[in-house]
Amino acid sequence: MGLLSKKDAKLITDPLADNNPITIQVLGICSALAITAELKASLVMAISVLFVLGIGNVVISLMRNIIPSKIRIIVQLIVVAALVIIVDLVLKAFAYELSKTLSVFVGLIITNCIIMGRFEAFALGNGPWKSFLDGIGNAVGYGVILIIVGFFRELLGSGTLFGIPVLGDPIAKTGFYAIGYENNGFMIMPPMALIVVGIIIWVQRTRNKALIED
Amino acid sequence: MGLKSNLHNLKEKYKGTKMAPAFNAIHTFLYLPNETTHNGTHIKAADDLKRTMNIVIMALVPCLLFGMFNAGYQHNLAFGTGSAVTGGFLSPEFWTLDNFLIGAWKILPLVVVSYGVGLAVEFVFAIIKKHEVEEGYLVTGMLVPLIVPVDIPLWMLAVAVIFGVVIGKEVFGGTGMNILNPALTIRAFLFFAYPTWMSGDKVWVEGAVKQDQLIAAGENLDAISGETILGSLAQGKEAGYDVMDMFFGFIPGSVGETSTLLILLGGLFLIFAKIGSWRIMLSSVIGALVMGLIFNGVVSSGWITEGSKFYTLMNTEFWHHLLIGGFAFGTVYMATDPVTASQTNKGKWIYGFLIGFISILIRVFNPAYPEGVMLAILLMNVFAPTIDHYVVQGNVKQRMKRLKAKTA
Repeated sequence: MGLLSKKDAKLITDPLADNNPITIQVLGICSALAITAELKASLVMAISVLFVLGIGNVVISLMRNIIPSKIRIIVQLIVVAALVIIVDLVLKAFAYELSKTLSVFVGLIITNCIIMGRFEAFALGNGPWKSFLDGIGNAVGYGVILIIVGFFRELLGSGTLFGIPVLGDPIAKTGFYAIGYENNGFMIMPPMALIVVGIIIWVQRTRNKALIED
Repeated sequence: MGLKSNLHNLKEKYKGTKMAPAFNAIHTFLYLPNETTHNGTHIKAADDLKRTMNIVIMALVPCLLFGMFNAGYQHNLAFGTGSAVTGGFLSPEFWTLDNFLIGAWKILPLVVVSYGVGLAVEFVFAIIKKHEVEEGYLVTGMLVPLIVPVDIPLWMLAVAVIFGVVIGKEVFGGTGMNILNPALTIRAFLFFAYPTWMSGDKVWVEGAVKQDQLIAAGENLDAISGETILGSLAQGKEAGYDVMDMFFGFIPGSVGETSTLLILLGGLFLIFAKIGSWRIMLSSVIGALVMGLIFNGVVSSGWITEGSKFYTLMNTEFWHHLLIGGFAFGTVYMATDPVTASQTNKGKWIYGFLIGFISILIRVFNPAYPEGVMLAILLMNVFAPTIDHYVVQGNVKQRMKRLKAKTA
């Protein structure tokens, strides 16, 4: 890590595991449950949040000394909203089908608690470079969980990954389906996303007992 | 003494090691261990957890045996190799060796998978968490094969059992700590994960699914229809079984749920053994009857037309609801689960009544799945602690009032 000092590197690596926004801070759960039925949607959501949070943190950090604290929430909302609209328009232009799958959830990035949380907790009190790293770190930490959940839900629920059948054809009964395997319809429903996130939290806290709160 | 002393020696040998709970469990399950409690004020009654579980299993055995005969009977009836029952409960057409063998051949594997997988999970958790293996799964393992369709693939059952025991029970802390009834969690998982194997008109009759696949492959055979009574009613058709058939259980359905007569006897046995709560059973039946009467009332006052898709189910005579579907089985064996039910007596009345009430409500209004007792019990499991809380608070309030009146 020659590029980053130890402290800066921690800003990125901490949210990946021991201070993960989803599994430790339990923020951003709604989108993690709603759009993770497909891996592709999870990935796009992760990238969108990466973009919004990375740039948003820098913008807020640059303005932190001139924002009157009474109206800071409104200013933050305007910044996020502007960035989300950019993401939304890009998706509509270049990946229309996908933007239909994600539907309102792209717009709802505005209310994603992770983003407002990082603005409030970090960008308002730190310089732009540090805020950028913090934004990237948290967005990646969020994205990693999304992708893990999306991977299992799509694989077990639909037998595909990125829409490509990997377990065989369920109708023509090839591959795994020839020996009687069937897709698990429960995996596609949101409750199962909650259970998968729960299992990730369980595994993580079993590996690192220091994370268990009383 | 061979096996016993061997097991004892193994136990001594592995004492204090990780594997110890596994050996202890086998030893204490098969034999009376050498180290028993000789005295102690904590012993209040002779029934410990193991005996409680054994009594419930004894109450379930008739349902299991009947389920085996019924599976064979339904198979032979559908494939035209058997004849319909003529006499009462002891009809010779039903109690044939052939019926029993066909049923046992399908149902014993279900029992083996249920116990094998479930106990394996329990053993693994006991070893990891370093506690003794608990007896909680003994009843669940017997309930599970009784509440699934006979044709369910074994691997699906195994997956569901792992899910149910881990997510439904172990994550909450094991036997006695679970919020939801584990057997129903397993069934709910199967129902939502593999709906094609848990509903429809094929899965209830042994061999009907296979026949369907052969037809799809181009063979010239007749399709078998083994729709449950509720399934037919939900589609607006009359099922065509007479009341005594329903009561005796000569109808298609999950393995052990069909015979209301045997479930009734099992329920009485549980009540006399003081294991099952009569308050829950009775109030649940009352709840179901009330809801049934409301629906009958809606029909007779002409609020819905005959064209409505709910008409046939609503028009079913209110007390028939007790005989069809899984209502009787769920009420007697699952609503009364002492861990997940309400604990207070007043709470039990409310809890049971709402189970019966909601069961029939879901049964009539859920077009995709014309049975509600599973979802009703799971829902009320969640609310049981809340009910208890308000019952206790109500009692506290009353006594406070009395105290105030006395001191004032």
